[in-house]
Amino acid sequence: MNSPLLPIIIPFAFAILLMFAPKQLMFQRIGAMIGAILTVGASVWLLQKVATDGIQVVTFGSWPVPYGITMVSDMVSILFVLTSSIITLFAIWYSYRTIGVGREQFFYYPGILLMLVGVNGAFTTGDIFNLFVFFEVLLMASYLLSVLGGEKIQFRESIKYILVNVVSSAFFVITVAMLYSVVGTLNMADIAQKVSEVNQPGILTAIAIMLLVVFGLKAAIFPLFFWLPSSYSGPPLPVLALFGALLTKVGVYAIMRTFTLFFVGDIAFTHTLLLYLSVATIVVGCIGALAVWDVKKIIIYNIVIAVGVILYGIATYNDTGLLGSMFYVVHDMLIKAALFFLVGIIIYITGQTNLKKMGGLMKHYPSLGWLYLIAAFSLAGIPPLSGFIGKMLLVKGGFEAEQTASSIWILLSSLIVLLSVIRIFVYAFWGKEKETTPINRSVYWQLWIPTALLVALTIVYGVGADAVMPYMAKAAETLANPQIYIDAVKGGQ
Amino acid sequence: MEILMAFVIGFLFFAAIYLILSKSLLRIIIGTGLLSHGAHMLILTMGGLGSDAPPVLADGVSNSSMADPLPQALILTAIVISFGVTAFFLVLAYRAYQELKTDNIDEMRGEEHDE
Repeated sequence: MNSPLLPIIIPFAFAILLMFAPKQLMFQRIGAMIGAILTVGASVWLLQKVATDGIQVVTFGSWPVPYGITMVSDMVSILFVLTSSIITLFAIWYSYRTIGVGREQFFYYPGILLMLVGVNGAFTTGDIFNLFVFFEVLLMASYLLSVLGGEKIQFRESIKYILVNVVSSAFFVITVAMLYSVVGTLNMADIAQKVSEVNQPGILTAIAIMLLVVFGLKAAIFPLFFWLPSSYSGPPLPVLALFGALLTKVGVYAIMRTFTLFFVGDIAFTHTLLLYLSVATIVVGCIGALAVWDVKKIIIYNIVIAVGVILYGIATYNDTGLLGSMFYVVHDMLIKAALFFLVGIIIYITGQTNLKKMGGLMKHYPSLGWLYLIAAFSLAGIPPLSGFIGKMLLVKGGFEAEQTASSIWILLSSLIVLLSVIRIFVYAFWGKEKETTPINRSVYWQLWIPTALLVALTIVYGVGADAVMPYMAKAAETLANPQIYIDAVKGGQ
Repeated sequence: MEILMAFVIGFLFFAAIYLILSKSLLRIIIGTGLLSHGAHMLILTMGGLGSDAPPVLADGVSNSSMADPLPQALILTAIVISFGVTAFFLVLAYRAYQELKTDNIDEMRGEEHDE
């Protein structure tokens, strides 16, 4: 009955448990792993439950709907929750050999689990102020993770990261206050109903744009992405993989939710703006990805591109585009985490991040090379792999919405994405072998295994698209018809 | 009353943005403090300022004269959150000052890791 809460409560309980003995290394590692596995299990179970029984709704204290806080698990949110839980599981596994004992003994794993609490909570909540609170939960944990270790670059970049997020959080509070004064409620389903009843007057369109600014700052869309490339180059790699895969996607999810549930009355303005912004986001991401020679930063700029691509599907706002967005966002979370893991191994082997100083890894690390090539092709969207179907649907949705130029631009951007990631392959794996310090082979394999499993998962996701499609179709249906969501939340009473 | 509050909050935002755009880290943190003050007062104002009785069911307070209890709960939540974040931010600024030997945000550009 309270099933939507399980993916939030389980990591929370384990995070509290882990805080009692921070210095016990094995306890920390095993405890974090069990917590993550149980969360994934609960998410899979919840996914089946949502698929068979429909949208799951929990109202705290059994208060009637607009008055209490509601937690809603529909197909959209549970797919996000499941993907985040899987990525967190792999990130914990990957951390064992990369993060360093010093960090592990200083609340690293509780930090990761608390971030998962915030992320899963933000995906599940049905209350706009509760969304703010869960944003703060995940942001606070991410502040800890970004500064933990205390290197100079971490201090420098964390200050900027925190400042941007403090300002955007204040802006979120302001926007909620405005929204409350207009519609007089905080429950999302109730807001959606009230907005449609008053037919979205100008003030609500203004609030929609304010929300776009707030969530755009989290998701790094075009004029608001400036903080991301430098802030993400601070933290160590497993943390970076978590940030890159999860944090921006929370912003994307929030935009997805608000612009398909609340603000559908003035699409000509709001969604056209979103369309222009998403195309501009892809442009700046492409420029950045081609301009830098730092392997981490190439992937970081690819996050920006992917955010633009996902938002493009929401902006076209038809069934095909929304389906494409749903399919692409899950693919992108998985593949971004996998790419960061791969880049982490490359950095571990070569001891540096500068692409120009690498070369010839193929001779001694062929399995890593092929794995990277598969991940790169998957990111670009080569047909049997997972990036293809999402992008195909997105472009098809774009043509159906008669946005020919921007759809062709999405296709062209795939070429630039491919060029940017294949450059890493060409420079790091081909060419003359460069001198590297000898590395510990067993550590290498221990990093290789979780990475390979994650890449395998993206292959399965691409090849087995038929099996995934019913879930995605259901999610897209919920996005396309806000009435389904409203009825599920308000009809249960 | 709401008009007056709107001007006061607008001035708080103006001061906050001015401080956040300055160079010294401490002035920036003071700016975030002012920004959250403004945001909290905005919630209170947006909830409506008409009724003056406290939202307590005691001493013959009637439902009609009661202030809206919801914005007050929201503010209370937002205050403790911003308090936690500000405490973290201040300690981070202190540690950053120890490590980087500067509180000038312009000198925190640093490229020693990028080459």
